This record gives sequence, structure tokens and C-alpha cells, in this order.
Amino acid sequence: MRLELVKRPQQSALFSALSPFLAFALMVVAGGLIFLVLGKDPLEGLYAYFVGPLTEVWSLHELAIKAAPLILIAVGLSVCFLSSNWNIGAEGQFTIGAIAGSAIPLYFPDLQNGAVLPMMLVCGAVGGAAWAAIPAVLKARFNTNEILTSLMLVYVAQLILDWLVRGPWRDPAAMSFPQAPAFHSWAIVPELMPMSGRANWGIVFAVVAAIAVWFMLSRTLKGFEVKVIGQSPRAGRFGGFSTARTIVFAFLVSGALAGLAGITEVSGAIGRLQPQISPGYGFAAIIVAFLGRLNPLGIVAAGFVLALSYLGGEAAQIEIGVTDKTVRAFQGMLLFFVLACDTLIHYRVRLVRAAPAPAPAAAATPATETAHGHG
Amino acid sequence: MGMAEAILLTVATAATPLLLAAIGELVVERSGVLNLGVEGMMLMGAVVAFGVALATGSAWIGVAAGALAGLAFSLLFGVLALTLVTNQVATGLALTLLGIGLSGMIGVAFVGQPGVKLEAIAIPGLTELPFVGRLLFGQDPMFYISILLTAGVMWFLFRTRAGLTLRSVGDSHSSAHALGIKVIAIRYAAVMFGGACAGLAGAQLSLVYTTQWIENMTAGRGWIALALVVFASWRPWRVLAGAYLFGAITIAQLHIQATNLTDLAGLPGPLFWLAGAVKSVPSQFLSALPYLATVVVLVLISRNRRLTMMNTPASLGRPFVPDR
Repeated sequence: MRLELVKRPQQSALFSALSPFLAFALMVVAGGLIFLVLGKDPLEGLYAYFVGPLTEVWSLHELAIKAAPLILIAVGLSVCFLSSNWNIGAEGQFTIGAIAGSAIPLYFPDLQNGAVLPMMLVCGAVGGAAWAAIPAVLKARFNTNEILTSLMLVYVAQLILDWLVRGPWRDPAAMSFPQAPAFHSWAIVPELMPMSGRANWGIVFAVVAAIAVWFMLSRTLKGFEVKVIGQSPRAGRFGGFSTARTIVFAFLVSGALAGLAGITEVSGAIGRLQPQISPGYGFAAIIVAFLGRLNPLGIVAAGFVLALSYLGGEAAQIEIGVTDKTVRAFQGMLLFFVLACDTLIHYRVRLVRAAPAPAPAAAATPATETAHGHG
Repeated sequence: MGMAEAILLTVATAATPLLLAAIGELVVERSGVLNLGVEGMMLMGAVVAFGVALATGSAWIGVAAGALAGLAFSLLFGVLALTLVTNQVATGLALTLLGIGLSGMIGVAFVGQPGVKLEAIAIPGLTELPFVGRLLFGQDPMFYISILLTAGVMWFLFRTRAGLTLRSVGDSHSSAHALGIKVIAIRYAAVMFGGACAGLAGAQLSLVYTTQWIENMTAGRGWIALALVVFASWRPWRVLAGAYLFGAITIAQLHIQATNLTDLAGLPGPLFWLAGAVKSVPSQFLSALPYLATVVVLVLISRNRRLTMMNTPASLGRPFVPDR
């Protein structure tokens, strides 16, 4: 018995809408199995993971705090992935954004007015974009594989941050902790509803960015260019679009949004620069982008799902005593299921009972090559 | 044991995991499949090898278990990317993310535990030879496995009919299919070989290189191995050279970080001044060297667009659905 794929004449609208939900359901089932293996009650575990965090107001605030960077980064990544630019270094762009934005309050501590925060946000976005420009220019100019260069730069960015907070930017007052001084109140992203929880303006930035990028992708010529270059660079060139320009554009947009996420995170949720500023947001955002089917509006919803997994991991650790390392395992499984379910959009899957003997005629027919780019 | 000999030995230990992982990925990519999950497969190999060696007390059983874990994990990639024709880049990334997560989860119990060391071999009479003795006859078994694997892959790819078939699948899966070659089956075999090699590389890390389990202990080596395959233009002996180049860079920066200036007081003036200048560079920048070197090397090698096009397996990363 084996699986056989039959190409659909056109994409299945049903599975286009259904596949993220199907993937999530499969992850819940697989998650339950993991809890069983770990010797925990699966229902209790799943409740702690995926329902518990939604039942209290303060944790809804935390959900928004965690969803904001994921959505911001993933929205940018969707532009990259749609144009077939595999930027997997968002974690590094996030880090450099955080560093660049933090430079303002650290170097101009006396500047305390309403201009500080906007300047920080702009610097963060510029820093992230500049870091993303490196793999972009290397790809556009030297044809260098952007997957590998963007990822290598993640390690470099983290080492730069490590050097700063242990060296020149270290807070002399913080005894043995390697960390930068805390931001003053003008340099902190304000909370939305301080009465009920910590959620800050980051989530608003994220939703605005998602709407803006959705508009750009679906209603403007630039968005058309991004998608044409992504699906068929040759056709794009005939249409007068430049591949190199699209590469740089996609990386700059996604780097800027990752950088903005970085500075928002350190100035909002953390309050200072420290060696560890991200629980892998830059990588989890790849999952968010695919779960949202590379559509910025879908990404908003997907961002909350992944944010929930972070919160659920913390809750499950406290409530039922499983390690919070399960979070990344759950997230990795989710991406697997998303990719597998996306196959159903392009193909009908048939189970063939017995393998037919290879007919000589069949062997001579040319094979179909499929060029669907994005899973 | 002389200083130079000691340094060469550590270079070999640092290069071996890169070589193991890269030689496996080379075969995978020669069959036209791009598996970006090397980092994840290495981590699974490392954690399983460590755990099994700890439980059985035998490093060899650990090595075998690590290879098997890498192989089993690569099958996940195979089912998705080959059977369900999902996007290979995204699927490889998923494998790496899942590997980081799963290995972290499995490894919680192993953190801080002393591991089992895979001992270096000793051949009476040969290992004691001056200078070359330890280098040629006294290293850990993974070193010899990595060299033999490289030689074996070289022979297989370019001297056997099966190797020719595998390369034909990587260069034009449609033509290979038309000739009656089972494209998907060959790719599965290649992916599994790559998985086993990555598992071995992970086992080397947790049984030879450090003999402990640290979360995310591969620290990007899987990605550097992927870069090595590009750097080597998909040729085994160049992978060997590249792995040792990177091993040397890694060890050089570690030695610089570990050396005290006072130990070098005997050096002649200009050399001492140079050492002082290098030592004044923050350690983080030295640690960044292997990653920066990867970027530089990739740029240098891909600058020549025509040469890259010629060397890259033509079907690399392209999904294939046989027309029945």
C-alpha cells in the first residue's frame, strides 16, 4: 500500500482555508501523545497548554506581548518568502534592531522627552533593515545563498549583543549581572491598559504592520512584483521587474519589521538590554508565517496561536511539571503538520492498495515537474 | 607531546563533526534534495547517542544509536519532502526547529551529567611514534570513520554505477525517471544516508568533543556543514579540505581566547605586540570568526555565477512527482 499524489487542476479553496486548522488539530493530538509518553494526563496537559492561558485577563495581556514580535517578524517574512527569498535570520535582525534602538537612551541619557521613543523605534527598524541588507546585497550582487548567510549573521548578532552588555554598555550598578542600565520612563513603550495588565503598544504596531503589508501585497504594483518574482523570476524579468531590486526590497521590509520587533521587545516587555532578549521569536515567526499561509491577516491569527504555545509551555511547567522545552518541540511539530496539510491544497492524496507493475509505456511518459514555490 | 601535534589533534576533533555532517549532506544534495535539517538531525544524534551511551555504559552502542536516530529523524523529512512533495527549504527548516525542540526536551534529564567518552585508539608500537604516531594511529574512532566515509563516498559517487545513477537523479530527475530509474527510492536512500551521517556527527560531539549534553550544543555546525557543501562545489575531497579549514579557524580562535599574554613574554618584540593586539579583541569577536568565515567563503565561491551553475546539481531542491 502506498500514497499517490494526483495534481489538482486548481488549488483547493477548501483546503486552503482548512489546512491551518487541520494542522493545529494534528499538533494537539501529537501533543497529547507527548504528554502520555511523559507520563502526564494528556487532557490536563493540553488544557494547561492551550486553554488555561486564555482564562485570565493578565495572561491575555501576556499573550498580546508575545504575539506582537511574532506577528511583526512573520509579516515581514511573508514578503521575503512570497518573493522566494529565504530570510531565516530574523532572529539576528531582531537583535540588531534592539541594539540600535537602545543606543539612543544609552548614549543620550539626558534626552528625556516625547521624541526619544519614536527615535528609538526608527533606529531599531533601520538597524534591523541594515542587518538584513547584508544577505540581500550578497545575494543580489554575488549570488550568495541567503539562507546560510542570513543564519550565520544570527550568531554574529547575538555575539555583538553579548559583547555590548558585558562590555561597553554594562550597567556598573548591576553588580555581577551582565546587563545594560534600565531604560528611563520616556524610553519605554507605553502600556495599553495599565489597569489590567502589561500589554503594550507593540501589538498595535503589529496589527498596523500586518494591514499595511496586506495592502501592499494585494493592492499595489509592488506587491504584484514581489509575487511574480517569487513564482517565476523569468516572467517577472520579461515584465520589467528587477530580481535584484525585489531581493533587496523584501529583505529590507522584513529586516525593518524584525528590528522594530526587537526594540519594542526590549523597551516594552523587558525594559533593558540583556544577553538573552528573545526566546527564539525569529525562528518561531517562520512557523507563524507558514501557519498564516503567508497572508498578513492570517499571520495575525497565527501569531496568537504561537504566542499561546509560549504561554502554555510556561503554564504547563508550573502546573503539571513538564519541562518548558516542550514548547519548541510543539512548535516544530506544528510547522511539519502545516507543510503536510498544505500538500492537500495542490494534490489529491490517494491510497493505492497494491503497487501496479510498472508498465513500459508509463515509464516513457515525461514526468511532471511541479513548481509550486511555497508548500 | 609537542604543541604543534596537540593543536593538530584538536583541529581534527573540531573538523570531524563538520566533515561527517557535510559528507552526508553532499550525497543528499547530489541526489537533488536539499535537506536543511542537518542541525536538527545532528542534535537528535547527539542527545540519543549521549543518553544511550549513559544507559548502556558503552560509547559504541551510543554511536550506533546516534546514527540510527539521525536516520530515523531524516525519514520524517523524506516522508514530507519526497512523498508529500512539500517545499524542501521549509521542510528542512521544520526538521531543524523540531530537532532543537525534541532534543532539548529529551536532554533535560542529561544536563550536567558526566557522559561516556569514546576512547582514542591505541596501537602498540605505532601510536608511540614521534609526532605522527598520535595523529595517524592514536585518534578517536570517529576520526577514522569520517575519513573512510569521505573516501567511500568519493569512490561510490564517481566510480560505481549506483553513484552515477544517484548523480543522474540529482541532475535531471525527469530524464532519470524516463530511463526507468526509481527517483524517489534513490532520494529516500540518499536522505537516510545523510541523516545517519548527521547522527554520527552529533554522536561525535556528545561522546568525543565534549562528553556532555548541552542544549543546542551543535551551535550552528549543521549550518556550517551545509555551507561547506556549497563551498566544496559538491566534491567530497573539497569537503574534507573545507572541514579542516573550519576546524582550524575554530581551534585558532579558541587558542587565542585561552592563551595568557604573560605566557608569551618570551616572544620577540613585534610578535609580542601582535599577540597583544589580537588579545585586545573582545572574545565575542573571536567566537564570531567561524560564522563570519562561512559568509566570506560563500561569497567568494558563489561570485562566479557560471561556475556555480555548472557545479550545482541541476535538480537541487526541485520537487518531483512521477507521472504515472
